[in-house]
Amino acid sequence: MKPAPFTWSAAPTLDAACGTMRAGGRAIAGGQSLGPMLNLRIAQPDRLVSIARISALCGVSETADDVTIGACVTHAQIEDGQAPDIGQDILPRVAANIAYRAVRNRGTIGGSLCHADPAADWVTVLLALGAQALTHAPSGSRIIALDGFFTGAFRTNLTPGEVLHAIRIPRLTPDARFGYYKICRKPGEFAHAMAAVFISKNIARVVIGALGTIPLVLMGAEATPDGVEPAFRSRTTMLDEVTQHMQLTAVKRAFARAAA
Amino acid sequence: MPCWNNDNIYKELMIQVQADLVREKSGVGASVLRKEDDRYMRGQGEFIADIKRPAMQELAFVRSPVAHAFIRGVKKPAGYEDRVFIAADLVGVSPITAISALPGFKRSSQPILATDKICHVGEPIAVCVAQTRAEAEDIAALVELDLEELPAIVDMRAALQPGSLLVHEPWGDNVFLETSVDHGFAAAASGAPIIISKHLRTARQCMSPMEGRGVVAMWEPRLEQLVLHTSTQMPHIVRSGLSECLGLPEDMVRIIAPDVGGGFGYKGILLGEEVCAGYLARHLGHPVRWIEDRREQLTGNANCREHDYELTAYADHDGMLLALDARAIVDAGAYSLYPFSACLEAAQIASILPGPYRMNGYRCITWSAATNKPGILPYRGVARAGVCYAMEVIMDAIAQETGLPPEEVRLRNLVLPSMMPFDNITNKHFDSGDYPEALRRALNAIDMPAWRARQAAATGTVKIGIGLAVFCEQGAHGTSVYAGWGIPMVPGFEQASARLTADGGLELRVGIQSHGQGLETTLAQVAHESLGLPIERIKITHGDTGLTPYSTGTWGSRCMVMAGGAVATACQDLAARIAPIGAHLLQVATDDVTVAHGYVSTGSRHVSIAEVARTWYRRPQDLPDGIAHGGLEVTAGYKAKRDSGTFSYAAHAAVVSVDTETGDIALLDYAICEDGGTLVNPMIVDGQLIGGIAQGIGTALYEAMRFDDNGQPSASTLADYTLPGATEMPRLRIEHMATPSPYTVFGQKGIGEGGAIGPPAAIANAVNDALRPLGVELSALPITPHMVMSALLRARRDTA
Repeated sequence: MKPAPFTWSAAPTLDAACGTMRAGGRAIAGGQSLGPMLNLRIAQPDRLVSIARISALCGVSETADDVTIGACVTHAQIEDGQAPDIGQDILPRVAANIAYRAVRNRGTIGGSLCHADPAADWVTVLLALGAQALTHAPSGSRIIALDGFFTGAFRTNLTPGEVLHAIRIPRLTPDARFGYYKICRKPGEFAHAMAAVFISKNIARVVIGALGTIPLVLMGAEATPDGVEPAFRSRTTMLDEVTQHMQLTAVKRAFARAAA
Repeated sequence: MPCWNNDNIYKELMIQVQADLVREKSGVGASVLRKEDDRYMRGQGEFIADIKRPAMQELAFVRSPVAHAFIRGVKKPAGYEDRVFIAADLVGVSPITAISALPGFKRSSQPILATDKICHVGEPIAVCVAQTRAEAEDIAALVELDLEELPAIVDMRAALQPGSLLVHEPWGDNVFLETSVDHGFAAAASGAPIIISKHLRTARQCMSPMEGRGVVAMWEPRLEQLVLHTSTQMPHIVRSGLSECLGLPEDMVRIIAPDVGGGFGYKGILLGEEVCAGYLARHLGHPVRWIEDRREQLTGNANCREHDYELTAYADHDGMLLALDARAIVDAGAYSLYPFSACLEAAQIASILPGPYRMNGYRCITWSAATNKPGILPYRGVARAGVCYAMEVIMDAIAQETGLPPEEVRLRNLVLPSMMPFDNITNKHFDSGDYPEALRRALNAIDMPAWRARQAAATGTVKIGIGLAVFCEQGAHGTSVYAGWGIPMVPGFEQASARLTADGGLELRVGIQSHGQGLETTLAQVAHESLGLPIERIKITHGDTGLTPYSTGTWGSRCMVMAGGAVATACQDLAARIAPIGAHLLQVATDDVTVAHGYVSTGSRHVSIAEVARTWYRRPQDLPDGIAHGGLEVTAGYKAKRDSGTFSYAAHAAVVSVDTETGDIALLDYAICEDGGTLVNPMIVDGQLIGGIAQGIGTALYEAMRFDDNGQPSASTLADYTLPGATEMPRLRIEHMATPSPYTVFGQKGIGEGGAIGPPAAIANAVNDALRPLGVELSALPITPHMVMSALLRARRDTA
């Protein structure tokens, strides 16, 4: 379990990182997913470029409408309240239940999104919260709604040389309700069922993760306690009955939390 | 000649008072803090991966990616011919064979590197040598394998079907060994009004000590000796096996087990990797090192615990078990591993399935099945975790059939204290104890009536269940038991060497290995109990064939009984050497002195053992010729008064909640009442229990290594192979009874495995107790949320 040979360099700036990545380098931030993949030789990049120290990726900012969290802000920093919250203590609470503290100390919110693991907390939660990905490339920056950011399990639409810069998350409006529930065999383990529910005056959104592919986003009438089940079942006929039941249980409990 | 003035006597007396105080705190029965923890807590332990030698190179193994195949060819990468070694390069090296003398046993031959056939995923095919492990793995990735893949034999029941494909073609079937016992079964079963049948399965598990295996091998030209540091529980056994495989006489092999980070049975084995490393160190002229990584541990190396039981119990309306009929299969994997063999597990099942219960008839057929999976080793508790589960499910079934409470059925069937010592239906000799009392105390500890009330009141989606398990644990079984199995290792006299140093310290050398058991502390306590020397002046050397007398090592809950007995015996023999010297110093006859509390005493006069040592080593002119010519160093052998083993026992009571919408199981309460006889160090016993329970929870709820139809293991990291952790541990209530064994030095009983034995049974029974009203009964381990939900949904469909 030792990685295949690779070179490693730390990018001093965002543009330098983009340049190295354009030339075939692979970005590494906290390394909490990529590290094991390297050791198992599932990933065998020739070049790694560390983006963890690029100050432009480590900052946070906020407006009256949203908060923006740098891609290299760690789960632990969010858990500890070092990033602004969107309200109802949602971001710290989600962060606090990601894996273990040792992982949270190094793992980053942007790394989690770019890795695009279907069972990752941020993937499901931020989809439900209507977050946007802010990307940077020498050719220009993009703002991508998160449901257009993921293209499949472990796949995003980042282009070669493009870096996820930050995540912008709308603040909760006073009428908004959010609930999140995941089912794990033990704390810190990957969830085998997860659902996030977001309800406001104008939006109803249910996101169901841990499906082995990109999370399922249900909107409108399908994102109601009664509407979810038929919508979910019709879109997941490949899943076994038990998995479907557990996912629907997660949805029910997420609704319950949103109502609480 | 010492001059005794009053001052001196006063000083000596004061020292003795202090010594008595120390003795109170450090002898048998004291919860002495562990001597070894100082270095562990400071990160100063020396494990295999801490060992470095000049010019040492690293090994990486090329392992089979498939479970069953003929090898057509192995191609070394160009330019690396001298860095890659295949079977043909290991000249004069023999395969590992671990036979059993039980009639009908079929021998497997485990090649050090695969020759013509692959029998499981992860089997070593070639070994690569490089400056670093990463470079060795780079080379390994370049080795080309030409394999003709064969269909894999994966399921043990299918493997036993006539016409099954064969793991070892010359055998004609896939059976290492079939055994059969019948103790009055037909007569006892005849006419029984209650007949219950159950089919139960336990999962294949991966023993997962924090430190994996590893070896540093070097050839010492000065000593003309192969010195092998290896992470093992049994250095002397490894030496014998390694010598045979390498064709080296044993005096040319020295095995050293440094600090070992957990074993649990996983390190009770001779490894092909050890043989390989030994061969390469000798022939390459530089030391080599192999450190097992987690993937090798999970996917390539030995597993454990995969059982299949078909049980039929015969009982009466009073809840009395009359007879038991069992057919048990153990999935033993591809090879019989050294030294425990492929059949120990099944042989144990046949002999210990009846557990702590009385019955008049018993019949059991076992099969040790060969499959295309790694071989198996006896994991903590060996077969007991499985048989306890099987037997306790039967007890609950009798309770269901008779309408009696589960605890009442057990109380009626347990061996009673008035019957002790008791020879059970398989001739196991239970040495002592009060089994029903242990159960009563465990029930009391969890407050059974209160939980029954809460269970009845639980109306939501979360149900509550209570489960029980009672078992006895044969430990420290000796010659007569193992001679019957006829495996490569039969324990005889356990030895210890004791040497008094010139300044009055005590050096003890034992052939066992301490890898978490705290034996550096407990054996010192035993010696302190015998001689009264301060515990900090007692040094234990273990795990080194060059320094210690022969021992079969650390396994089977044997060390506190056997090595403890050997240390006590050696100390007594040493006392007999000390006595005449002390008597001479006191100018009395040897018969008039006693040796205890650090002193040789006669009446009110004393001379310290330290003074005796100083005199013998440093001032021999003070002793007349002919006194104590044997010196102050002895090696003594020990066997218990009966070598059929001690029988510790325990009752476990578990309370669980089951979320009937997620299948999630939580442990709400857990009580153990355990009787380990005289506890040498109660704190360490509690530690053993707690650690064992964690592993038992793993067996009950989490751990399973599944294989697909091609024999591919499903997990290769600890993210996929789920182990319980700190967050899965309930608060434990531990109670002790202390019925001394009549056969051991202090009445101590082997206790090391008990914690791991009870939880699968207690937890499985608790889950079934919670779910039975919903029409669900589960009959396989581990009980996963998916399994629970699947059964619940099926039951809902059936009732809908």
